Amino acid sequence: MSESDEIVLDSTRRLFDDLFPRDEASRRDETAWPAQAWASVEELGLPLALLSEDQGGFGLSAETLAGIMALAGEAALPLPLAETMIATRLLGVSGIEAPQGPLSIAPAPSGGRIQATREGAGLRLSGVLPRVPWGAQAAGIVLVADTAEGPCLALLRPADYRVSAGKNLAGEPRDDVALDGAIDGAFVRPGDCAARDLKALGAAFRAMAMAGSIGRVLAMSVAYANERVQFGRPIGKFQAIQQNLAIVAGQAAASAGAAAIAAEAVSGRGGRLAMAAAKLRTGEAAGIVASIAHQVHGAIGCTHEHSLHIHTRRLWSWRDEFGNEAEWSRELGEHVVGLGADGLWPFVTSL
Amino acid sequence: MLTFPPPPETTSAIETLRREVRDFLAVELKDRKPMDRARTWTGFDADFSRKMGERGWIAMTWPKRYGGHERSALERYVVMEEMLAAGAPVAAHWISDRQSGPLLLKVGTEAQREAILPKIARGECFFAIGMSEPDSGSDLAATRTRATPVEGGFRVNGTKVWTTEAHQCHYMILFCRTGTQEDRKGGTSQFLVDLKTPGITIRPILDVAGEHHFNEIVLEDVFLPQSALVGKLGDGWDQVMGELAFERSGPERFLSSFVLLTELIRELGPDASDEAKAVIGRLTGHLMTLRYLSRSVAGLLQKGENPALHAAVVKDLGALYEQAMPDVVRQLVGIEPSLTSGNDLSEVLGYITLTAPSFSLRGGTREILRGIIARGLGLR
Repeated sequence: MSESDEIVLDSTRRLFDDLFPRDEASRRDETAWPAQAWASVEELGLPLALLSEDQGGFGLSAETLAGIMALAGEAALPLPLAETMIATRLLGVSGIEAPQGPLSIAPAPSGGRIQATREGAGLRLSGVLPRVPWGAQAAGIVLVADTAEGPCLALLRPADYRVSAGKNLAGEPRDDVALDGAIDGAFVRPGDCAARDLKALGAAFRAMAMAGSIGRVLAMSVAYANERVQFGRPIGKFQAIQQNLAIVAGQAAASAGAAAIAAEAVSGRGGRLAMAAAKLRTGEAAGIVASIAHQVHGAIGCTHEHSLHIHTRRLWSWRDEFGNEAEWSRELGEHVVGLGADGLWPFVTSL
Repeated sequence: MLTFPPPPETTSAIETLRREVRDFLAVELKDRKPMDRARTWTGFDADFSRKMGERGWIAMTWPKRYGGHERSALERYVVMEEMLAAGAPVAAHWISDRQSGPLLLKVGTEAQREAILPKIARGECFFAIGMSEPDSGSDLAATRTRATPVEGGFRVNGTKVWTTEAHQCHYMILFCRTGTQEDRKGGTSQFLVDLKTPGITIRPILDVAGEHHFNEIVLEDVFLPQSALVGKLGDGWDQVMGELAFERSGPERFLSSFVLLTELIRELGPDASDEAKAVIGRLTGHLMTLRYLSRSVAGLLQKGENPALHAAVVKDLGALYEQAMPDVVRQLVGIEPSLTSGNDLSEVLGYITLTAPSFSLRGGTREILRGIIARGLGLR
């Protein structure tokens, strides 16, 4: 990792620690939009991090990208950092100026929920984009819609849609966004390319954040096992607890490995299928880790008062966002089955 | 928190090496049936090992003056994973290349290195590991085999078990007691033992598949010269612990059953159900992740670190992955495991079903590994 990357990671860590102290009780009931925190994150330049240096970004290495997203996961960052980073990069590549402020993304929803037709250089849209992260707070939403002429990337501005608020299991805003109108050609770019693969990018970023969250849950569980005394000794001294926490450590390592694969894919190596692998692996780990962490914490971990749920509720949400394990497994499996038995190993070693 | 740094970057030289290995294997393994490919690092074939030695694919990272090739840990890793994925019979030289040779390189005497290492590199000298005993399995420090100092060397008495392929090996690295029984760890040492030494009896222990890989080695008044001591007297425990990172992190810890996965894909064909695709995709995603972690450990070894904890994590994850595979296969294709059905998938499934229990035993049991991980977490 380069020196400048280390500086980025250090300042990110310090900022997140300042803004969102670990497991502070107030975080249990987060509802309001933390505008000041978002301003600080913007000030550090993180939303632009994926852009190249001549575009005003950091030209991040894959390792540092994974590091930033892991920190966001550890901090249970209540901000659309991943979404804004992805949207900013797509807009940058498409030559559309990004609006100031937080942004969100909406992959083309399945099942014809959005009707999209080309209108000159522009696009006419109707339908509802379901569960858009921070849809109400976003200064713009990047959408990839399917039209008869092929996929189109569009920047939606708040005047283009109506939002009805919703949230995920962790209380993070997941808003339905209703569309009914025309988008000017200045904000529309037709064409298909892997870099616009919003759903896979969303999955890759959730995988990275889950790895960070899992690391935090492991640390909390180890600390609790060393503190909590039963039968005259800390419960962490019992082999049954040790063996379970070793399982969590294994899943944490696998998640970190999968997150690194995701980060490399975002940086151009491996593409959608590598992102698929990362999401299915971290999603599986998330379930195992949340379950054992709650078992180790006992009844107190099931209370609103304890902060474990700040992380476990996110894990239970994120594993289903941008495609769950089954969906990504099917897609990766479809590719492998298509390659045939003797194509598997060359595929695995090409990544 | 345990971190796995990014693996060393691959290079065009490494990918050229990969193609050379694949071309070699395409010819050498042309007629090798899936059932035989399933025995890869348990497949003993001295001729094959000699051919690998000729190509410079054993002792790859060792100094040239000992017959090595001074290549990188990543280059060695590529050769290993290609061999395993193809189901090449690499058992004969595997242990000498993986740990016995590196042990001698690290702590052996100059005479030991000069006598042994070039032969290992040529694929002509095979090693067995003399660690476990009837009363000393996971509790390795309970070893009772004893080397007693005598004029000019040591006299050894005791019994070693589970010494894989000892009946076809030339040497054994013997771990035994040289101090008091109370000094559990400090009272142990390692020796280089020629398996033809008088007083050594090797008897087969058949495994659940009815095959002869394991052995019992009885040592009765075996004389070892002073020159057979490996490393320092009393350093046996620390030396063994140093070997374990090599033993636990390699690609054999998640590629032992790879042939079962490829045969499953072959059986399913291009019209596999959605359920089957999901299963294949999941196994592929896990495999990609394990390979990333294992290559990361190879990078740490290359830098001269001792990633014992990382290795324990990789081995535990690899065993979980591989042991689940037979169940996954049988539920998907409704095929019976058999060693004699004549059907490739059924036979591979039969073989892996019978050997899978050993995956979380050999090289450190699951419970021991998790104990090591728990210690790393600060719980012990």
